[in-house]
Amino acid sequence: MVHSVDSDILSSSKKKHLNPDENWGLVEESEYFANKVKLYRQDKLNADEFRRFRLQNGAYGSRLNSEFSMIRIKVPGGDISPEQMEKIANLSETFSIGSAHVSTRQNIQLHWVQLEDVSEVVRGLAEGGLTSREACGNTIRNVMCSHFAGVCTNEPFDATMHAKAVAKFFLRNPLCQNLPRKFKFNFACCSEHGFVRIADVGLVPAIRDGIRGFRIYLGGGLGAASFIGHLLEEFTPESRLLSTSISTIRVYDRLGNRENLARNRMRYLVNELGWEKFQTLLLKERVIVEATMSIPTKNAFDRALSINTNANSLSTISNKRKLPLINSDIAQTPYSRWLNTNVIAQKQPGYYGIYITLGAGDITSNQLRVLAECVREFSLEQKARTTPQQNFFIRYIKSESIPKVFTKLSSIGLGNPGANTLVSAVGCSGTTSCNLAITNSHRLAKEIQSKFLELNFDMDPAFRTSTIKISGCPNSCGQHEVATIGFYGGASRIANSMAPIYTMLFAGSTGETGELGKTIMRVPAKRVIDVVLKIIECFKEEKDGNENLHDWIHKVTAGHGNDKIKTLDDLKKILVPITELPSFAENPDSYKDYGADSNFVAKTARGECAA
Amino acid sequence: MSDLTKTKNKNGIKYDVKLKKNTIKKENTMSPSTLNLVCNVDTLRTLIKKNKVRVVDVRKKDEYLKGHIPTAASLPLADLLSDDSPESIIKIMNNLGIADNTPVVVYDDTFGALASRVAWSFKFVGHKNVSLLEVTYSDWKNMGLEIEKKSNKFPKSSHSIDIDYSIYADAEYVENARNDKNKVIIDSRERLNFLTEHIPNSKNIPYTMIRSEDSILRNPSELKRFMENRGIDSNSEIITYCGSVGTLSGLVFFALKTAGISNVKLYPKSFKEWKSLGKPKIEFKDATYWDLSAE
Ligand code: SF4
Repeated sequence: MVHSVDSDILSSSKKKHLNPDENWGLVEESEYFANKVKLYRQDKLNADEFRRFRLQNGAYGSRLNSEFSMIRIKVPGGDISPEQMEKIANLSETFSIGSAHVSTRQNIQLHWVQLEDVSEVVRGLAEGGLTSREACGNTIRNVMCSHFAGVCTNEPFDATMHAKAVAKFFLRNPLCQNLPRKFKFNFACCSEHGFVRIADVGLVPAIRDGIRGFRIYLGGGLGAASFIGHLLEEFTPESRLLSTSISTIRVYDRLGNRENLARNRMRYLVNELGWEKFQTLLLKERVIVEATMSIPTKNAFDRALSINTNANSLSTISNKRKLPLINSDIAQTPYSRWLNTNVIAQKQPGYYGIYITLGAGDITSNQLRVLAECVREFSLEQKARTTPQQNFFIRYIKSESIPKVFTKLSSIGLGNPGANTLVSAVGCSGTTSCNLAITNSHRLAKEIQSKFLELNFDMDPAFRTSTIKISGCPNSCGQHEVATIGFYGGASRIANSMAPIYTMLFAGSTGETGELGKTIMRVPAKRVIDVVLKIIECFKEEKDGNENLHDWIHKVTAGHGNDKIKTLDDLKKILVPITELPSFAENPDSYKDYGADSNFVAKTARGECAA
Repeated sequence: MSDLTKTKNKNGIKYDVKLKKNTIKKENTMSPSTLNLVCNVDTLRTLIKKNKVRVVDVRKKDEYLKGHIPTAASLPLADLLSDDSPESIIKIMNNLGIADNTPVVVYDDTFGALASRVAWSFKFVGHKNVSLLEVTYSDWKNMGLEIEKKSNKFPKSSHSIDIDYSIYADAEYVENARNDKNKVIIDSRERLNFLTEHIPNSKNIPYTMIRSEDSILRNPSELKRFMENRGIDSNSEIITYCGSVGTLSGLVFFALKTAGISNVKLYPKSFKEWKSLGKPKIEFKDATYWDLSAE
């Protein structure tokens, strides 16, 4: 079995040139962009038209400075090759700030690129088979896929190729160039892993009567108002994946709200029509789409779907294996700490997946290059995945290579432990680059990570699977609603001085049974860490045997706490004193945001919805 | 430069330099082959073999002693910067045996920035035939090319002086250029430094933009396209500056030259002097961009 795995993967990686079906870029788009910038600079193209064009091509205006852009590079399915990582490293050094940023939707972003250089980045991306096309704007955004797809113990099959086929089919497709608003597809591997309830279309792989298919959830999404997606039908066979996707987009394109900016995502349409009416409309539409779909259209999709079918031969279910290398009796070394949280056994016996924990998704060009080398040297599939936790995940590592991978990663600061624990906090761009940001969510996430690593929280099993996710405004790019403890930024006047404030949420979760978090209370930015530490202290006093933090928070949120803290009110009473700030005169620093030495002012510009 | 008498002309400052009579010694004369602004490895090796070039190593002295390109003379950048008056530069060149028509190739181990500052200085005092080696010393060594350890000495030469003001700018000149539409001020520092503070109306071309994987400078057609994208015409006058001593901007100076822009000036005292003079600057404080850095 292992032998066949080896040869399948190696044979596909031998191809030197870009597989045309895996090539997302288009070099011509570079020149096109350069010309549009010139026209815009010469006042021959008005600002609104230019802005629309710029967004369609993946370039957001940077925070309060339209001379610069953030370029969002799509990573369809989160799947990226070492050559592409090196390309991005070079592009960042050349045109950006020498680091790249993994987003919560598996994109990789380059910040503070001069508008005049965007075309050069587009050119470089195309050379590496990558694109930023339709990474922003009112169209189909990066198609996500669980980073476990293909290696997950519980998955019925690997959905990566489906995710890529959908991405391929809709990229530059006239069908979706001018939707009422952005549109997001998220593929899971199994019902546990994936963000399927918070996307416009969320898909969980399933097999029925030997036929592959999905459970498709529609109309979910996070934002100022968040919704959980609805199940379309019990089972949608693979053969109806395309028609279902097209029908959804057509119904949305036709009926979605184009007037009210704040209510134009599909989730509002579903909410306004009511789920049943939307569902009926959609199923009718699908009959029409299926009856009228041309053969070339169907073929194009099927062709995209047939790429990578090799991957299927890897999907051999086996039992979860214990990591052979962990020995808890030995004093915790940096290696064993890392092994504990960052290495995961795949369903393929003898192979492991390794997390590269970043700080809020940031990685330098040099680090990216070393990571690319690591993939080349140690990963049998010769690819890496970006994860929604803003990390990288490299897979198909043999057990005997794990120590070498660690040595290599640590040599450049990529060997931090704490993946998939409370330590690995997620933070959107916030005030580091986003026009809509009120607070520096990005830095706060990094502060939490370094503080919690210092406190060895990664070593406590009770913090596994617990998450902290932070957004710099209510727009949810940090996905705060699906965190164990979530935060979103705002501003508040406290005793006549403005202060950065976060609204704290509890008990959100992802997966097929995912739920949205519940708003708890407001916490000044400089008190967030103290409040979380207090929550942890309470948890340690209250917990029931081996209970973990995530479960305890869910229990308290539901009003079923254990001992002294039964309900949220009990907990809030303990937390409130910590959130109280001294007067500005006494401690001006507590009124400032992270990373700023001047007094806090909430400044925002017209949103382009950066993430 | 303070020991010189200064008079102004329209380009900036003019130096009245008293020179000894030129007596060019025969043995110092090398047959003049005119070099490109960037010299490739093969050309340099040929010139070295024919003994028709003065190679200048601008790394620290101890690095030079550990090994250097054959026949290279040592000129640590710090030695030149300790007194970069034209008079002193001429003296340095004479000590290195560089005569008016000696082809000179300069190299460093810092992606060409230190070498650029030295090469620019030679040009500034009137040496016409100076070039940057296209690779760094590490690249040279990694390619397995010949190196030597002996300290090279050369018979003194007597270079003439002919200061080229057309490639020089001082603070006052830059200040006047700020509001001149036909003049473009280029900040060569990295993006985040530029965002933090820069000379008003300057544009940012970080030094990281102009190198390629195998050369200290990209090919001219790419550099040209970068300029075109920015709407910079090859007829514009450009002034480059960087953080403190004109190294990064020296490299950008050469990049722009190779891109076919003829009128390029270096502001060697750069932003450090600009700030110390209390000149105006633009600061961008509306974003916490430093927190994106992963270091
Ligand atoms: S718009 Fe998105 S990226 Fe920007 S601050 Fe809000 S949540 Fe963060």
